[in-house]
Amino acid sequence: MGDATESWETIAGCKINVLRGGRGAPLLFLHGARGAGVWLPFFKALTENFEVIVPEHPGFGRSDTPEWLDNVGDLANFYLEFIQKLGLREVNLVGTSLGGWIAADLAVRNCDALRSLTLVAAAGIHVPGASKGDLFLWAPEQLVRNLFFDQALAEAMLKQTPDEEERKRQAKNALTLAKLSWQPRLYDPNLRKWMHRIDRPTLIVWGDSDKLIPPVYGPAYRDLIPGAKLLVIKNCGHLPHVEKTAELAGAVVKFIEEAKR
Amino acid sequence: MKFYMIHLMPYADLDLSYDKHHNSAWVTLPNSYFDPQNGPKLYNRYIDELVLADELGFDGVCCNEHHQNAYGLMPIPGVIAGALVRETKRCQVAVLGRALPLLTYPLSVAEEYAMLDNISNGRLIAGFVRGIGAEYHSTGVNPAESHDRFHEAHDLILQAWSRPGPFAFEGKYYHFQYVNTWPRPVQQPHPPVWIPSQGSRETIEWASHPSRKYTYLQTFSPVDQLARFMAMYQQQAQKYGYEASPQQLGWATPVYVSDSDEAARREARPHIEAFYNKFLRMPVEMLLPPGYLSLASITSVTDKIRSGPAAGGYTIEDLSAKGMIICGGPDSVGQQLETYQKKVGFGKLIAMTQFGTLPHDLTVKSMQLFAREVMPRLRHVGEEQPPVRAHAAE
Repeated sequence: MGDATESWETIAGCKINVLRGGRGAPLLFLHGARGAGVWLPFFKALTENFEVIVPEHPGFGRSDTPEWLDNVGDLANFYLEFIQKLGLREVNLVGTSLGGWIAADLAVRNCDALRSLTLVAAAGIHVPGASKGDLFLWAPEQLVRNLFFDQALAEAMLKQTPDEEERKRQAKNALTLAKLSWQPRLYDPNLRKWMHRIDRPTLIVWGDSDKLIPPVYGPAYRDLIPGAKLLVIKNCGHLPHVEKTAELAGAVVKFIEEAKR
Repeated sequence: MKFYMIHLMPYADLDLSYDKHHNSAWVTLPNSYFDPQNGPKLYNRYIDELVLADELGFDGVCCNEHHQNAYGLMPIPGVIAGALVRETKRCQVAVLGRALPLLTYPLSVAEEYAMLDNISNGRLIAGFVRGIGAEYHSTGVNPAESHDRFHEAHDLILQAWSRPGPFAFEGKYYHFQYVNTWPRPVQQPHPPVWIPSQGSRETIEWASHPSRKYTYLQTFSPVDQLARFMAMYQQQAQKYGYEASPQQLGWATPVYVSDSDEAARREARPHIEAFYNKFLRMPVEMLLPPGYLSLASITSVTDKIRSGPAAGGYTIEDLSAKGMIICGGPDSVGQQLETYQKKVGFGKLIAMTQFGTLPHDLTVKSMQLFAREVMPRLRHVGEEQPPVRAHAAE
């Protein structure tokens, strides 16, 4: 795992896998639907400035699937308890896609332990008339292609042939994703009603070519959170942390730095 | 053996070249492919064919539930069953079945089935299913909850029939302060329950449980799978300490009879190939949304399905060899069924005598030949206890 360490934490009876690396203020990264468990270049890029903490959500990857897991609210409460149990303070919370939804829900519930919030291509809300892509009906190849603007990245990902263990993890992730987001599709109608409660510096990030959650969701999210800023990344799909690693990492470091003042 | 006719009521006037533009006859095939001018003719023709089965001496007629597709035009099967309980006089009427997890108010099934049982004076067979995966795309119901919702809705319905009301029901998905179903079913404590399935160990363990002993139907599967799942049921029953009766085991499959094997194959070919290659066509993502199958079975089954019926490309020769249609002259159809019955031990045959684009005249001819020439010679088989099976199921 290179410069990351792996540990297991048991919170609310659920054992989860956690990767950590770097030094500095805590940055808690909440992953998207495809899971975590791999120390990505994006995490490495943040380690100079932060202690980067990357848990695998309950129901994903190598983490347990607890009986109590029914909805994104359960995960928001889980991570509030995670932050408390680990004694984290002044947390810079970063969530992408599904993880962005969890992060927004968590921040609506309680911002006390947070220093800043960064939501990248976040699920969680619905904009009337702006349909999301149907990731459950896309064929596997189509799904990968639709996640990226740069099709060379999609090609590279499609060339990887997952082993049996990896396929099992993917099936587990898909099941948990469906449980959390099948209907209403990728959002909670109640979340937007309380988004004004978030009183921490907030950065919204969107790829301008996101085919899963279209870019029009960026301004919609920004307008729901008081004082939030929006960064639109050019030539970028649904996974800015993979497709535009350096640009996103730089923007996150700068945003958090400026938020201190 | 007992004989039932099942109809899917396909949109037989479907433009079969739809697949140049759309990857399935389900969920997303635009409903502009359905011409309202054709609806009345098709529905009434199909009901006539089911009523004919009663007149010909079939033991029962069956309808079922599917949504938003050209494969079967019975999103509300109770409408068809309502017509059948009045228009048939002797035979049983089976709804195979209502897709319980799709419902927000499953007590409607307890009510609907009890009404049908009353109007038919105890001729109803109550089928319960989860629906196929495509249904979850069409209705928005979460497939990850499919198994749990099925079991909870089933328990609720059975209690509504067998427990004195009013009583409260508090489940995870369904909550009722007052369960107090009117009318009560004529058949007490409840109508016979059938469970159609594509085959899974979990379903078989559940259906064969001594507290249920539900009739298990294997639907539209190759004979080797049929044999495997029927043996699994028989062995599971033995584990539970009883011998499964052949009448607990049913096979639903397309059947076509004509004057000779050659004529049967020639007449059935375009229609059965359309059934499997066009009407049943769908990508695996549509058929198996996450959660529809248990995690334990998903990867192996997904691989099988990618190359299975939904993948298309079948010829009638493939289908006959696999037992995915029983087709031929009366003698050969009788022989095939007798052979399969001996091998597998089922006691109910659910014959789909209309499939895909098969027109009315051929449907009627095949049903008449089947009832006259095939049914009598098979009546004596599948009624006794099954022979003790030496070989083990997987």
